[in-house]
Amino acid sequence: MVEKSDVRVVRCGGSKINLRPPIISTDSRFVLCASGDSVKVYSTRTEEWLHSLQGHTNQVTGIALNPANHLQVYSCSADGTVKLWDFIDGILIKTFIIGYRLFAIYVSEKHDGIVFLHIALDTDSKNECFQLVAVHLPKSAEQEVEAKELSAVSSRISPNPSCTAFGREVRAHSYFFKCPLFFSVCSFSLKATDKKGAKNAFTCIACHPADDCIATGHEDGKIRLWRNFIHTKEYTYSTQHWHHNAVNTLCFTPEGTNLLSGGIESVLVQWQYGAGNRKEFLPRLGGSILHVSTSSDGQLFCTSHSDNKITVIESSFKVCGVIQGLVKGDAVFTDLMIDPRSKALVLNGKPGHLQFYSLLRDKHLYNLDIVQQEYIYEAGLDQFEVVKAAFDIKGYWLATVEERGQKSSDLEFVLKLWAYDERTQSFVLNTTITAAHTDRIISMCFSSSEETTMLVTTAEDGQFKAWCQGADDQSFWSCDFVGSYHNLTPTNCSFSADSSLLAVSFQEVITIWSPDTWELLTTLCQPPGVVRDLCFGQLSCSKYLIATTTRNLLCCWNLLTCALEWSTSVEVSKLQPDPLSENVAAFSYQSKHTDLFVFKPNEPRPLFTHKNVCSEKIHRAVFVPREELLNNCDESSQWLNRSQLYFLTQNMDLLTFSTATEEDRMLSSSKRLVIDDSIAVTPFYLLLGKHRQQQQKLNTPSHPAADKPQQPQGSVTITELLHTPAHVLPAASVLCSMFVSSLLISNTGQEMNSEKEEEHSEEEMEACDSQQELRAQGSVDEVTPKLSKAQERELKRVRKTDFSWMAGLIDSKP
Amino acid sequence: MASFKPTKVQFLPKLGEKVTEETLYWKNYKSPVQIKEFGAITKIDFSPLPPHNYAVTASTRIHIYGPHSQEPIRSFTRFRDTAYGGRFRGDGKLLVAGSEEGLIRLFDISGRVALRQFKGHSKAVHMTSFLSDGFRVVSGSDDLSCRVWDVPSAVELSSLTEHTDYIRALAPSKLNPDLFVTGSYDHTVKVFDMRSGSSVMTMQHGHPVECVLLYPSEALLVSTGGRYVKVWDLLKGGQELVSLKNHHKTVTCACLSSVGNKLLTGSLDRHVKVYNSSYKVVHNFDCDASILSMAIAPDDEALAVGMTNGVLSVRHRRHQKDKEMLTSRRRRGPSYQVFVKGKNFVPRQDDFLVSKPVKQYLRKYDKQLKSFEVSKALDTALQTWTRTSKPDVTVVVIIELNRRGTLKNALAGRNEEIRGCFCVLFFRHIFDPRFSRPLLMVGDIVLDLYQQVFHQSPVVERLLQRLMEVLGREAELQQELLQVLGILDTLFTSLTPRKEALAHNGMHVTRHDIEQ
Repeated sequence: MVEKSDVRVVRCGGSKINLRPPIISTDSRFVLCASGDSVKVYSTRTEEWLHSLQGHTNQVTGIALNPANHLQVYSCSADGTVKLWDFIDGILIKTFIIGYRLFAIYVSEKHDGIVFLHIALDTDSKNECFQLVAVHLPKSAEQEVEAKELSAVSSRISPNPSCTAFGREVRAHSYFFKCPLFFSVCSFSLKATDKKGAKNAFTCIACHPADDCIATGHEDGKIRLWRNFIHTKEYTYSTQHWHHNAVNTLCFTPEGTNLLSGGIESVLVQWQYGAGNRKEFLPRLGGSILHVSTSSDGQLFCTSHSDNKITVIESSFKVCGVIQGLVKGDAVFTDLMIDPRSKALVLNGKPGHLQFYSLLRDKHLYNLDIVQQEYIYEAGLDQFEVVKAAFDIKGYWLATVEERGQKSSDLEFVLKLWAYDERTQSFVLNTTITAAHTDRIISMCFSSSEETTMLVTTAEDGQFKAWCQGADDQSFWSCDFVGSYHNLTPTNCSFSADSSLLAVSFQEVITIWSPDTWELLTTLCQPPGVVRDLCFGQLSCSKYLIATTTRNLLCCWNLLTCALEWSTSVEVSKLQPDPLSENVAAFSYQSKHTDLFVFKPNEPRPLFTHKNVCSEKIHRAVFVPREELLNNCDESSQWLNRSQLYFLTQNMDLLTFSTATEEDRMLSSSKRLVIDDSIAVTPFYLLLGKHRQQQQKLNTPSHPAADKPQQPQGSVTITELLHTPAHVLPAASVLCSMFVSSLLISNTGQEMNSEKEEEHSEEEMEACDSQQELRAQGSVDEVTPKLSKAQERELKRVRKTDFSWMAGLIDSKP
Repeated sequence: MASFKPTKVQFLPKLGEKVTEETLYWKNYKSPVQIKEFGAITKIDFSPLPPHNYAVTASTRIHIYGPHSQEPIRSFTRFRDTAYGGRFRGDGKLLVAGSEEGLIRLFDISGRVALRQFKGHSKAVHMTSFLSDGFRVVSGSDDLSCRVWDVPSAVELSSLTEHTDYIRALAPSKLNPDLFVTGSYDHTVKVFDMRSGSSVMTMQHGHPVECVLLYPSEALLVSTGGRYVKVWDLLKGGQELVSLKNHHKTVTCACLSSVGNKLLTGSLDRHVKVYNSSYKVVHNFDCDASILSMAIAPDDEALAVGMTNGVLSVRHRRHQKDKEMLTSRRRRGPSYQVFVKGKNFVPRQDDFLVSKPVKQYLRKYDKQLKSFEVSKALDTALQTWTRTSKPDVTVVVIIELNRRGTLKNALAGRNEEIRGCFCVLFFRHIFDPRFSRPLLMVGDIVLDLYQQVFHQSPVVERLLQRLMEVLGREAELQQELLQVLGILDTLFTSLTPRKEALAHNGMHVTRHDIEQ
């Protein structure tokens, strides 16, 4: 059956990796972090993304190493399941269905088979109530298990998962009320009424691994160390203060000698436990520190930052790796852009920088420092942000606008022009224009012709300016022309495909200028409503000019006749032309969901419509040229052949449209990968491979024609063995004998009638591969005479050993 | 992790003056050597023979200086009255000079007593010169006549009385022994041909002519007078080629450089201007007093300028050799050796390079900003030297502090001295468009903070009062400028009613200029 719409919205890379604390594997080789609806595994040494554990259907909200097996990891998700993974091979081992939305997971070495989960009680959507529950994970062989044994540990806890920690023997967590603060240890709580200050609410908690000590971080930047809390009313605490803003995270090193803390200042502080105020600092790590975690041997620390970054730090306080995700921050100020050279997605990243992100590899390429100023990590400080950026058509020039003081009256902004340097392969500052306009720059664009580059900026001071590179040998940019129209505020500007026309919209009026002579050619007007978006048609439709207004109107003018070609009433929030085809995508927001229309300017009928793309308004979208063209013949997906449409929702999710053929291709490539995986060189493979070679040698005299390579893995048992992770298998010495026995089946079947029963079971296992068995029989027939009496006796002994565990093992596997 | 990013001092490019080959050439003179003479120096002439001694006519003497001597190597002092116009013959062996009493004397360079005396002029002779054959002397006098004398016999050959005012400029042709050019206060420049015995060409300069000069090709003639320098094309029958008005007082002298025939003019406005071949000023020498005479040595080795206060200032060319000597002397120090040690080592192809991180050196205020010592950083930026010679650094630190939101903290709790120095800072730079915005902001904060204590210090109070006056004046000026702008706006709109866009463009430019 052919799907009715084979184009669907998929979430693509660039999801948050800083939602929950990352964890470092016991051998310090891997860093795991929750990212979107998967768990990503990175290498600590090379910072490379190795693979991701995919299977959850909603946001992964917590991960924890299995204390019983350090090669396994638990993950919990908002879809209500806890999954157990083997993270080295990326295999899902078990799924436990809980049934509630889960928000965090904790494990404790003392409680085997029990995980602690944060769940939300769906009592009231406004006042969500969180509860910490202990879940006994049933030990069942099935892969999907429903865990029903929930026992509430404590209720009404803070939604912030860093407010819960497990100690040596006890578990502590803080209640999140204003004042008085409650402090609870196990089953009894203490009233800390002596602290009446307004800002001493708990923000995080950590337990000392060896000592009876709890460290808490507070909103005013203080760290308190609590002792003696076992005895009611006799607790003591000491206060340490360095952070000037809230302490975001606390973590003891595994031996408990040091306490790590981090806050908004982006300084990792290491306090020596029990040494008073002695501390070490690691400043300027990036965004504010959200989580700190340590490896089990204490050699590596991991901090995750608000700019979607994980920093791996050695215990000697040296940064040894940075894993950077797509930085989305609180807001994307710039448009989504594509760097014409690297085809990377460009948008503003960490404060004062532009980031280049490869969508294809889902990898952060580099940051370009635009502001070139020390960033002060302090809450509520008004600092320079990159608000506008534009590339010229060949990627030689980049124009950026940075702005500061949006809130206060004195706005400061700087227009900068960057030239691409072939030698260093990056952009180099060419010109800085401090007072480009007298008021904020609203939009800017480069001319699209290849010979001369020209930049046009429009500003709130009612003027638009054209900037050109200096005529003589100096390569600096200067103002070429200043234009205005009846003192109206220009809102948008756009160059036609051949740069022979410049369209500037002044509120309701669109003016068409000739960039050569700077003559006002004509004005177009279609009231009511202020022009919101403006673009020229591309390729064969370059004679059309499309504009959207704030009053639900999409208009298309024919520039040859200077008349309105067509117009339609649709509320368009974003208009995005595809540079490689005639298509124009329009996102329209109506009745709380966004629809997508793709159309060609020469006809008012949409080519493609996708209803209910998402529930938020879309303001940023971009067409990304494909690496290799698709050849979809299907009309509905033809518009995606040359380029792919990415868009950013208000929740900062980067989404895209994928077609059926694309998914098929991806699926087939992943299948190929699986096949490749099966012939990985494992000790088992080597063992069997050797055996096979021997067999071949033996085969050659008897069956010279049958030179087809045999596949010893063909047997169900063996494949089963090979596909089971090594760490769940019993000792190799036990297995070895079993392998030998599995290969000797036919032989024993002919000679030893006493053990027929056992053999039957094994023969059943291998029944599916009868042909191979026959061949094996043949070969073994010739081998038998060579066995000595002692060897045969040994074999008999092996045959008699109990293999019933094996049957159980095999049954448990799917 | 990422290192501290130092605060950036904004560099604003200087408009105007472009560095070209020619400016570099003319900048390459050493600072002048000053020699005091007894009176105003009216004439300087270089000997055409090496080592290019030069004769300086001042008061009643003519001194001859060697190219690098500070003392005269020879002097002619047998004048009863002021001597004028001492000039060498083409072979550099004879010197002729006029005088106030009307007598023209001829000297041998090696002798002291005049070889010949030409009598005949009734008034002062300001200009004398040999004709290019070397046997005749021509002189221009205040008695309106111009006479030619025979050197061997000391007799007057002819007298030309075509000028109607003092003759103060004279230039013989070097190619034709019968031709010479005279300039007079009757505003004319005349070319005389001895073969016809009369003027063959007359040009109206329009101002009393102070100096005439022939180009080596003798196709072009330069005359100076009033504030004008005019170049005439003799081959086109004395057509005016170009008229230059770069001085703002009378141009008294002109000479041509021997390399590339660049024109130099000196004026009473104390400037020597150098023109390029398209008569654009490329360089400018400043002098202490009004310039009366000027000469440049062959090969442009030295430029001698004589002034009204009797000071002769000689600039010598700087040579590559001198520079090398300077640098070699510097290189002798051991500290430099230590400094460059290993820096100029070129690695071979198969060498393995171990790179060392470059140490970042921070300025003092940056170090303090790095450790969040805001008050100290402001103190550093307000040090007298920084404040006076690098106000941009001070302002950048102020902007940085404001960006960090700690400007108020840094400004608070200061003593009287600092407050005073803020006031001085305001005086000096508050109208500089680069600095006015941050300084106004600082001013607001300072006034808010110290409102209560200002009256305690009379010094600061006085400074504030002055500041208020200055600000009031500036406000008035701004208002006037706005009025002018309004007038210009109406003018432009009435001028180009149709081409709206262009008018706006032009208006913007003027507004910009006015703001500047």
